Amino acid sequence: MIPDLRPGGSPPNGLGGEPRSRPAPRRPRRPQRRHLGMAAAYLVLVPGAVLFVAPFAWMVSASLQHLGDMFSWPPQWLPRHATLDGYRTFLGIGPDASRGAQDAGRWFLNSVFVATSVTVLQLFFNSLAAYVFAKRRFPGRDGIFLLFLGTMMVPGQVTLIPNYLVLKHIPLFGGNNLLGVGGHGWLDSYYGLILPGAVSAFGIFLMRQYMRSIPDELLDAARIDGASELRIFLQVVLPLCTPALAAMGIFTFIYAWEDFFWPLIIVSSPEHYTAPLGLALFVVKNRTAWDVLMAGSVIATLPMVAVFLLFQRRFIQGIALTGLKG
Amino acid sequence: MAQSRAEPRSAHVPLRGAAVPQALRRTLRAMRREWSAYLFLAPGLLLFSVFTLFALGFALYLTFHQWSIIEPDKAFVGLQNYRDMATDTDFRNSVLNTAYFTGGSVPFTMLIGLALALLLNQPLPGRGLLRTMYFLPAVTPFVVLSIIWKWLYNGDFGLFNYYLLKAHVIDKPLLFLSDKHLAMPSVILMTVWSGVGFSMIVYLAGLQGIPAELYDAAKVDGAGALARLRYITIPLLAPTTLFLLVMGIIGSFQVFTQIFVMTSGGPVDRTTTVVYYIYQAAFQNYEMGYASTLAFGLFAMLFVFTVIQLSLYRREDS
Repeated sequence: MIPDLRPGGSPPNGLGGEPRSRPAPRRPRRPQRRHLGMAAAYLVLVPGAVLFVAPFAWMVSASLQHLGDMFSWPPQWLPRHATLDGYRTFLGIGPDASRGAQDAGRWFLNSVFVATSVTVLQLFFNSLAAYVFAKRRFPGRDGIFLLFLGTMMVPGQVTLIPNYLVLKHIPLFGGNNLLGVGGHGWLDSYYGLILPGAVSAFGIFLMRQYMRSIPDELLDAARIDGASELRIFLQVVLPLCTPALAAMGIFTFIYAWEDFFWPLIIVSSPEHYTAPLGLALFVVKNRTAWDVLMAGSVIATLPMVAVFLLFQRRFIQGIALTGLKG
Repeated sequence: MAQSRAEPRSAHVPLRGAAVPQALRRTLRAMRREWSAYLFLAPGLLLFSVFTLFALGFALYLTFHQWSIIEPDKAFVGLQNYRDMATDTDFRNSVLNTAYFTGGSVPFTMLIGLALALLLNQPLPGRGLLRTMYFLPAVTPFVVLSIIWKWLYNGDFGLFNYYLLKAHVIDKPLLFLSDKHLAMPSVILMTVWSGVGFSMIVYLAGLQGIPAELYDAAKVDGAGALARLRYITIPLLAPTTLFLLVMGIIGSFQVFTQIFVMTSGGPVDRTTTVVYYIYQAAFQNYEMGYASTLAFGLFAMLFVFTVIQLSLYRREDS
């Protein structure tokens, strides 16, 4: 099944005509074998890809159908009477609004706000800390760094429960008094959704790795020119880290957008629902409103797919950058 | 930083003279000189201290208490929570379910990902589009994937049943998510589908790191495609494979979203995984102390794998 790897020695090795001059005993047979291999590859890849995309096609098609048509047998892949009613109902407008989710529009704004805030804060805080770990020498540096590194091993579920209680008892917020009792603190609030995710040990670790490749001479030159540390960070270090920042930004955004567990446990009022949370709870509550759900699912998917398609190259580079290279 | 400016200031420090040991004085001077480093570190360190360090300590404290949000009395119970965990048959069941889920999803996700990467690493026209198609599920919110699949699996009007009936594979609709033997395999199939794209991309990155000269040399020596796969590609992808395996196991042991949306742990707890069980303990029964103990149990189960994961990153680092 697996055809020739790198058929015909095709990867450019920068040696000009050298490969051609090498004796290649089986060269004459190669073109046919290559075509056969390609045909076999397509025979596997194309049906597979169709199967991978079919559920999405089904989702989009269903979101454009009337509830009655969705259950027709055989299933309709192309909507017979295309309609946007599902979308309207989902967003709480139109004649059927009562079947929909009244706050759906707000869930998406919440998701945009939360995911963007988490991304911006993480990029800033992570790279500040990473810079210090990578390029500065100060007492306690290695100890603090090891502390960060060590906690990367702890699964998120361990800190989830105490953090729930910590948020609940933040003093002077959400009806709490100075001692943090009486109200709900940062539970069910944007603070609670954003701040615990505003720094990441893993992110710091990756940025530090990247920043270590910046030559010290560059920073020393800036220092000799009298630049302040903040200025060096903002105007010398950060611009050099653009690829890493871009990759991390994309990952953080996608991760924050699709985070489900944390919003599920800390948010209780629909006005603070994020898109995934709102959708999941909507499924649990309205087990039959599939038309509305499919419309909501399409809307929740679009931002992530858009981010991926727009930044595909950065995204793939990012995977190599996150230390995943072999 | 402007060291020339900081140097004279540090001269004020050792006023207490010989009482302060030399080494400490030097440290204090260095701290003073590098004050801006601490300032840069402050916001991250503050959040980290509260939401990670303090939380960890607090979590450990919780495990020794019977801590319910709805009851005012948080009694110290010593090791009782740990003893309960050791004899809790529901917890044992959730561990077995999680192991089943992991054993079913991780190998297939990796194998299919590897096969796709090998195919799509070749100069095929349209491979970019194909890669994107396989990767699409990986950038879709998991809640959405779970909703779509819940519908595909539906016993009355789901697509799976329609096509299986039509192909005469089955003669009455299957209740994929409410049959106790089918529920977990159904969740696994959906998870494999959603994870293959990521394995593929990581393997592609690994493949591109293999020097082309190795293949050329092997070809000169007369090695066929299979031999090259067996003796070059697979061994050189070992670090990638190890990485995916470890990450896959860690991720699978924390499976939650698809369980919450598709099965709610049912039928008869057949899909109750460890994290779902922790969720129930903490946020449906409000047993924060016991739930924390379970979370440490999960930590212990994953410890070996997280150590490997960390050492992989450390190796990359040095």
